[in-house]
Amino acid sequence: MMWKWLHPYANPEVSYHFAGKLLPWCTRLAFIFLSVGMVWALLFAPADYQQGDTFRIFYLHVPAAMLSMGIYLGMAIAALSSLVWQLKLADASAAAMAPIGATFTFIALVTGAAWGKPMWGTWWIWDARLTSELILLFLYLGVIALHNAFEDKSLAGKAAGILALVGVINLPIIKYSVEWWNTLHQGATVGKLGQPSMSADMFWPFLVCFIGFSFFVTALICLRFRSEVLTRNSMRPWVRTLVANEENKHAI
Amino acid sequence: MQFDSVSAFLDMGGYGFYVWLSYGVSFAALALLVTSSIAGHKKAKQQIAQRQKREAKLRQAAEQQNAHAHDNPNREH
Repeated sequence: MMWKWLHPYANPEVSYHFAGKLLPWCTRLAFIFLSVGMVWALLFAPADYQQGDTFRIFYLHVPAAMLSMGIYLGMAIAALSSLVWQLKLADASAAAMAPIGATFTFIALVTGAAWGKPMWGTWWIWDARLTSELILLFLYLGVIALHNAFEDKSLAGKAAGILALVGVINLPIIKYSVEWWNTLHQGATVGKLGQPSMSADMFWPFLVCFIGFSFFVTALICLRFRSEVLTRNSMRPWVRTLVANEENKHAI
Repeated sequence: MQFDSVSAFLDMGGYGFYVWLSYGVSFAALALLVTSSIAGHKKAKQQIAQRQKREAKLRQAAEQQNAHAHDNPNREH
């Protein structure tokens, strides 16, 4: 049943056009949600009673950190399905996700430092949460480097996939670091469903920002996935006609 | 609205530097990611198109040579 439904998406041409259909809608939704979310976070959300206006960094920091881990999980699942079922498209999507995840990890680290300086008095501290997030950045950079290290893309995908899978061990370490070790980093604010430890006038702008960033990430994955599919299938007739048609359109 | 004036907004209760540093670096990083992704997509298409043109040229040259050879079959001998 599932295979029957999934089967057409194992075809690169179908997936290329599907990602192309998804892309403009995700871009529009990302634009709307992020505009509303950013204005809400910067102008209308209340200042925290302890942290003052630095709390506005939260609306960037937490979505970026959650997405940095979410994208890694997606990349690892893609890498696994590529290694187990030899799905070439899974390799393309893993390669598409890595730079996006690395950027969000970088943003989580920088915004965290800029929040830590006024609140803890230091830009950086080698504690469990911060160090494991830094390791996540290095894992992403390693995966990107391996994807680009080999001319043979399936070999590159295999090498990068193994690193991505080994690195999955880092995800629970990041998530539970604030509970397992003593740390300056505060515990989860958002994750506790049912008994949120933040007030509604902070939670809603956060949710809007998070949804906006998620659409933004989806749009970027679609875009980069399309590029990956094109370069990996550059000798296929459908790619040749597609590129030739677009060339003609530009010439006119 | 949480702020009375533009200067209060920029000041962010004394934490302006940290807040705007966060938003500035994040925006710059995402803008870079978007532009590089778009440029990468264009480059991928351009490379494929260029190779196609090169192949077409080679094919044309080969055909011309063939036609030439057929016109004067005894020229080389």
